[in-house]
Amino acid sequence: MTLDELRHQLSLDVQAAPDKLNVEVTGGYASDLISCVMAKAQPGNVWITVLCRPNIVAVASLLNLAGIIITEGMIPDATTVEKANEERIPLLTTDMTIFTVAGKLFALGVPGVG
Amino acid sequence: MSEVTRLQELVYELKIEEVMTKDVITVTPQTSMAEFREILREHRISGTPVLERGELVGVISIEALIKALAKGEMEATVGEKMTRDLITIRADEPLVQAVKAFARYGFGRFPIVDKQGKLVGIITQGDIVRGLLKRLETEYHEEEIRRYRASHIFEDIVSDRTSIFLRYYVTARDFERAGEASSKIKRALSRLGASPQIARRAAIAAYEAEMNIVLHTTEGGELVAEIQPGRITIRAVDTGPGIPDVEQAMTPGFSTAPEWIREMGFGAGMGLTNIQRCADEMRLESPSSKWTSLEVVIYLNGEKKK
Repeated sequence: MTLDELRHQLSLDVQAAPDKLNVEVTGGYASDLISCVMAKAQPGNVWITVLCRPNIVAVASLLNLAGIIITEGMIPDATTVEKANEERIPLLTTDMTIFTVAGKLFALGVPGVG
Repeated sequence: MSEVTRLQELVYELKIEEVMTKDVITVTPQTSMAEFREILREHRISGTPVLERGELVGVISIEALIKALAKGEMEATVGEKMTRDLITIRADEPLVQAVKAFARYGFGRFPIVDKQGKLVGIITQGDIVRGLLKRLETEYHEEEIRRYRASHIFEDIVSDRTSIFLRYYVTARDFERAGEASSKIKRALSRLGASPQIARRAAIAAYEAEMNIVLHTTEGGELVAEIQPGRITIRAVDTGPGIPDVEQAMTPGFSTAPEWIREMGFGAGMGLTNIQRCADEMRLESPSSKWTSLEVVIYLNGEKKK
């Protein structure tokens, strides 16, 4: 399933890198601790988090993640969006909680790590 | 997959003038349809703009010629048979304007004009495809050459032991640029021919080391990647405040990060654990609590770690 399909299924808003939604999602990972993400998230995963500062873009870029879903109505600031467009990391936002987003992705067949 | 995305981008990046045909064959309203047929045949084209005293007045295509042929009106003039509803596109517009125009109007070609409305070119769907393919090929070629050159550097430059040093100055508390050094190290490794797995391990180790400097030092520090045949060494050195108890610092989950750092997602106490997981060798020194030196070695050919 591509990020764009997930975006439509979950009605997510696109905040950055709309041209990079056409990528296959290999799985999902959820955490708000950067080191846990660094340790566990796999290339092509979509990362669900409430974090929305510029450093999330660096993490996603280093790990070759498919994109980031930012939950609970958090909106990334202009610097974060600018960085995400530069690094071509899609940022998607929603009012749902991490639990709900993860549950919906799982129901759609997006696997978890390990 | 990424090529498709790059194509979509290119449609916005490329200007119409970079893709259009500049040597435009034109006819005048007085040209007869018989002459027009010869022009199409001679130049192997399927339509032309119509100019009257240098002014663009219409477009005529092979469809008009076929109709004229069917009706036996080959002596009629282009002026009588041409399309006068002119849709023109500006040469300095992005290519996407032409793509949209083809989708919307279904014409085979559009005259391209400059700011003054003067004809400067013509564009067909074939021009668009050729222009995109050419650019893609150039870009692919450039990256290939970069990778090729970089990956042969160790063969091209001969010494008893060749190393490439990449030095990055990391500023304390600079969260805007945090991670940039690691990104650059990762890109350099890919260009030098490291496998994605090796590049990933090095990137994770470099990132955690870089973040430790950003988060915990008073004056910042230096991140150095040394690349030599067979191994990558990443060194992170700072000037304090040092780690009082190195063993404790290595304990998973142990963190000295204040609340505001944790709110940004850092300070989980897993940084050094992550580094160790990615490293084939790891040395952490912080004597007399004045400075800290972290050295991480990753073997390029060994399969020791996953």
